[in-house]
Amino acid sequence: MKRQIQVALGILITFIAVAIVFHSCKPGKEAVKGEAAEAALATYVPPGDLDEFYLFYSGGHSGQIFVAGIPSMRHICTIPVFTPYPSTGYGFDKETKEMLGGYTWGDAHHPALSETNGDYDGRWLFINDNANNRIARIDLRDFKVKQILGPIPNLSGNHGSTFVTENTEYVTIATRFSVPVPKGTYVPVEEYAKKYHGIVALVEVDPKTGEMRMDEKHGFQVLMPPFNFDLGDAGKGPSHGWVFWTCYNSERATGILEITASQNDRDYIAAVNWKKAEEYLKAGKYKLISGVRVIDPKEAPGVVYLMPCAKSPHGVDVSPDGKWIVGSGKLQSITTVYNFEKMLKAIENKDFVGEEDGIPVLRYESVREAEVPVGLGPLHTQFDDKGYAYTSLFVESAIAKWKLGTWEVVDKIPIAYNIGHLCVPEGDTKHPAGKYVIALNKLSHGRHLSVGPSQPEASQLIDITGEKMRLLYDAFTEPEPHYAQAIRADKLKDKVIEVYQKGIDNKDPNAIWDEKDAKVVRKGNTVEVWMIAVRSRFQPWKIEANQGDKVIIHLTNIEQTTDELHGFAICEYDINVVVDPGETKTIEFVANKPGVFPFYCTNFCSALHQEMQGYLLVKPKGGAGIAQK
Amino acid sequence: MIENKVEHIKMKEIIQKWEKLQDTPLNLRSRILVLISVIFLVSVFIFPLWRMQFFATFYPDGLKLYIYSYKLEGGKTAGRDDLREINTLNHYIGMKPLSQSDFAEFTYLPFVFGALGLLTLRAVVLGKVSTLVDLIVMYFYVGFFSILDFYNKLYTYGHNLAPDAPIKVQPFTPPLFGKKLIAQFTVYSYPSLGTIGMFLTIVTLIIALILTSKEVKS
Repeated sequence: MKRQIQVALGILITFIAVAIVFHSCKPGKEAVKGEAAEAALATYVPPGDLDEFYLFYSGGHSGQIFVAGIPSMRHICTIPVFTPYPSTGYGFDKETKEMLGGYTWGDAHHPALSETNGDYDGRWLFINDNANNRIARIDLRDFKVKQILGPIPNLSGNHGSTFVTENTEYVTIATRFSVPVPKGTYVPVEEYAKKYHGIVALVEVDPKTGEMRMDEKHGFQVLMPPFNFDLGDAGKGPSHGWVFWTCYNSERATGILEITASQNDRDYIAAVNWKKAEEYLKAGKYKLISGVRVIDPKEAPGVVYLMPCAKSPHGVDVSPDGKWIVGSGKLQSITTVYNFEKMLKAIENKDFVGEEDGIPVLRYESVREAEVPVGLGPLHTQFDDKGYAYTSLFVESAIAKWKLGTWEVVDKIPIAYNIGHLCVPEGDTKHPAGKYVIALNKLSHGRHLSVGPSQPEASQLIDITGEKMRLLYDAFTEPEPHYAQAIRADKLKDKVIEVYQKGIDNKDPNAIWDEKDAKVVRKGNTVEVWMIAVRSRFQPWKIEANQGDKVIIHLTNIEQTTDELHGFAICEYDINVVVDPGETKTIEFVANKPGVFPFYCTNFCSALHQEMQGYLLVKPKGGAGIAQK
Repeated sequence: MIENKVEHIKMKEIIQKWEKLQDTPLNLRSRILVLISVIFLVSVFIFPLWRMQFFATFYPDGLKLYIYSYKLEGGKTAGRDDLREINTLNHYIGMKPLSQSDFAEFTYLPFVFGALGLLTLRAVVLGKVSTLVDLIVMYFYVGFFSILDFYNKLYTYGHNLAPDAPIKVQPFTPPLFGKKLIAQFTVYSYPSLGTIGMFLTIVTLIIALILTSKEVKS
């Protein structure tokens, strides 16, 4: 008994000793502080200093774009795109209302900065709407949406978009959902495999104005089997002229897709030769469907090929030199690298293993260059300036760093938590900027102050300048960024304007620049107002209308100074626009509510901002108003 | 008596000398200098006469105002129109907007300078010492008159404030020369290239005068 107690005590003492030793081996508080201080210095942008890169996050189902600075990760502004946004008055004036086309939201997934010779040129930013099949173009001169194209005919679920070609000849589209074509056709879902279609498409971009066009003369669509197309990337350098898209559900299944579409060991990457397609268009070998040129691959050999890719691939990314096409099978633990040259050779040799609705399937072994054992659930790949690739691993919640050419995984960093896309500044161009990778994570729990069940999204800034990746910073955004792109800030430095200069940037025929030109004109049942806003008044400050009149207000902010914005809201009329310095906006509404409605400046402007107000007086139909009784 | 007479003769000699000096045509070097002085004068048509700058926290680079002989101009960048901005801010204290049409000076000043220029050119060809003296006096007169006129304008703008202005301030005179604090603004006011050009014109003319006079004396 005594001996047993001695043994037990001995074990206990040993245990405590070991525990103490282990405890003291852990990095002390001092060490942690040192690392944190280094990371803090690496991200700290002192007051008044500016960030090195712009980061454009897609806003997901918020329908917006979020703009942040790197390395501070500070949110700078939100660019409203598919969703009305009272902050900037977007979707309340005539022009933006018309652009939104009655839709109140969109699902913004993949921003694409315009390119010249395969590098970002800082002209435009494109963003897709997966829900309503649209694409928007933001002008980076004033960070505002200039065009929303769509809903685009024939296609549904514009997910594999908006990756641009090397010189922004085209903005790309690939459908996540398949539907009977044209839209509006009714076919029972049981006939899905044969009568439903996916579509990949290229929207033509005017090289001068950036205007996107898809009609009987511009852009085209390719009718595809009913696979679910996922993500894409345009070729560059030697592979310029091609676009690559992944797809899952090569099973052509319906129902519970998580099972029915996960049966094949390999799905595909579709390689589309758009230069070849242009030849068919020139020769008139296409069908006009809903006013859009549609190419059927059966009748246009050489336009589309399929490369087998490991189980339900998600991302496909072309290396900076354009030689390698990296496809990631999200239900696998490898990333596949395809060799573009080998692909061309296989096509030349007709090295096919089958076909899908007339589209040849290339032999996997002939086109594959390497299988990189990156880890579980690879999704997307970005590149740096030193020949490394970075692949996000959703299931493993990590980023793998690997070397192009040797295909070795050299480092891995855990991510909090469950990374989706990732972004290296200019990391999908011919000349990546490197320096950082930003992880765009799906789950953030426990990394921020609790805000209840509805949780924000997390993004993490990681330093990639050293051999080992180093976590620097956690940032949080509204739901829900998918992809983001980052551009060197100095590329935009001389391009961005902060004031619409009279006569130069503002050519609105209804703009007025002098208080003396402010007026109210009645024509029949329409009351048209030319109004100015300036610190701290509206002129005219009084609008009289009869109940039922149409009221049109052309409001010009005649300020010519940076950051002197004015708002214009009418109480209980659900109207709020914001006019930037030198901007003119037109507001239209029917004065259907009788009474007296104050209007006022919503965007704090000056010491006498509160005084900046006026009245909309609506005379009731048939005489006396309530107040006069 | 005799002494008086000597004095008288001396006096006469001085006056004669003086009159002779007045009638002496300018020598070549002086004529060249007079020509150069006209070239300096051209600056009043090209450059601002005066420059004012208004610094505040929100305007770290300063709002700029340039006064030319023929126009008023604010600094202008893609992000700001300074004249517009100055007027927007001044309306809060009830100051009249600065506008071109309120300055009669802009219509006659260029003619005055033009006339001076022509007279100076005339002196290059027909110049005597007396012409130079007249010219220098005229230049001084125009210069002082303009500066006084400018001060008067500054005073008037700063003292005729609308009684219903939202912000009441003590009437003030913006600085003519140097630095002054006005509300949240630090204002700097200095002569600009046009005035410096005119100053050089006068200096050159004085040198020309001295050169010829010295030659006569020796």
